[in-house]
Amino acid sequence: MSIETILIQGLMLGGLYALLATGLSLVFGVMRLVNLSHGDFVVLSAYLALLVVQGTLAPLWLAFACVLPVMMGLGYVLQRGVFNRLLEGDPMRPLLATFGLSIIVQNALLLGFAADTQLLPSGDLAFRALGIAGLSVGVLPLITFGVAIAVIAGLNWLLYHTRLGRNLRAASDDPAILDAFGVSNRHMFAVASALAFATMCIAGILMAMRSNFDPFIGPGRLLIAFEVVIIGGLGSFWGMLWGGILLGLAQVIGAAIDPGLQFLAGHLAFFVMLMLRPKGLFPRVDHG
Amino acid sequence: MIALSVQSVCVSYGVLPALRDVSLSVAKGECLAIVGANGAGKSSLMRFIAGAQPGMGSVKIDDVPAPAQQAARARVGVGYVPEGRRLFPSLSVHENIELGAETRRDGPWDMERLIAMFPDLAQFMDRPTTALSGGQQQMVAIARALRGNPAVLLCDEVSLGLAPKVVSQMYRVLAGIRQSDMSMIVVEQDLDKALSIADRLICLRQGQVTLEAEAAKVNRAEVEAAYFGTSKDAA
Repeated sequence: MSIETILIQGLMLGGLYALLATGLSLVFGVMRLVNLSHGDFVVLSAYLALLVVQGTLAPLWLAFACVLPVMMGLGYVLQRGVFNRLLEGDPMRPLLATFGLSIIVQNALLLGFAADTQLLPSGDLAFRALGIAGLSVGVLPLITFGVAIAVIAGLNWLLYHTRLGRNLRAASDDPAILDAFGVSNRHMFAVASALAFATMCIAGILMAMRSNFDPFIGPGRLLIAFEVVIIGGLGSFWGMLWGGILLGLAQVIGAAIDPGLQFLAGHLAFFVMLMLRPKGLFPRVDHG
Repeated sequence: MIALSVQSVCVSYGVLPALRDVSLSVAKGECLAIVGANGAGKSSLMRFIAGAQPGMGSVKIDDVPAPAQQAARARVGVGYVPEGRRLFPSLSVHENIELGAETRRDGPWDMERLIAMFPDLAQFMDRPTTALSGGQQQMVAIARALRGNPAVLLCDEVSLGLAPKVVSQMYRVLAGIRQSDMSMIVVEQDLDKALSIADRLICLRQGQVTLEAEAAKVNRAEVEAAYFGTSKDAA
């Protein structure tokens, strides 16, 4: 495999990984909540899209349009009904609760869809490629990368150029005092969760178009998301993209050496980054 | 006409009572000062009125019972300048002030009027609040509360941690706000500052009202006796 091919494949894979991590980063950045069920909700999105496609024969874009609001609503309701209640007091509570939720989602998926591996039908999109600078680049990975950039740019715009974004940043700074100005911090947290679930839905559907999935791959996606967040840092969503690209590159290099080394190479790159820059490439700035 | 009335407030932290059967009212356009030593219950009372502190008792705004939730209470007109300013560090000065408008109340306090009131802030609008001095940060906190066009403005120890010159400047600002017919409660440890601005004064000690008097008629010895719990003669 040529260096150019490795670079382009790492870049494309990095886009998907950045998408996987964005929701985790948003939720942790705004409300300091570590959601251990993150990966399982990514997988749930894929299954819901599959359900719509198989049940109605609707095109994939229509399935996405149906699943997105459902996932956002689920994120909002879960935050208002469950996660908000766990944020005060012992930090172990949200960890245990989201771990439990992860097991519930996995078993519910097993019950509903069985353990068979699935793939979201994407027609010939999965096989189409474009020639770029003499290299053959898959259209689906290219779309995934473009979507990752669009999602990250959109979230950045929302956070730094809209009233909602300003209120989300204020909720992240000091949720207790935000209510004194007529904005419910619990509502703001739920909105952040809904946005995170939207990114999880996008990541889940794109992932399921590219590779097989089953009810138990959620924890693996969570691990990737964690590694991307830690490599990228919590200071910027663009850090997620760089973190994703770095992890993607490491995996592709590992796979080029030996296919069995793909994930080990990713974990090693993560470990090295953790040693060199424990706060990530773009650390959160404490304004203290 | 009563802008704010508070009846029979009791607040406890665990088994420790912080406020015991405290009642007060503020007329429209009136400034009420609450004085007392550290731990007297002043800030607990402010937080209770703002809806940030659970407890027993009732709060009415314009004679209508105020909602219990803090965000809803802000929307019915309780403006709050918290102790320690509590600005949002990742927001710019402009964003901090404009966030106050989330109460969606109509009124005279738009950005233009606030800049006229706090001209020093005009040059810092796009900067983070962490780049400002303590006095400037306090001005942002007051401007943020005013931007919500409150019916009653609660100011909790606006002089805390500021140099005497800056404190005097802050009280000139509060006097300017008073002239706009704003109903206010000012919590202060400095008696002279409190008396300089207030129409009426309440002294709290160990969570109870020990003195309620008109600021123009009360003498210092009387306030000090209520403040420290000594007899008037000893004070």
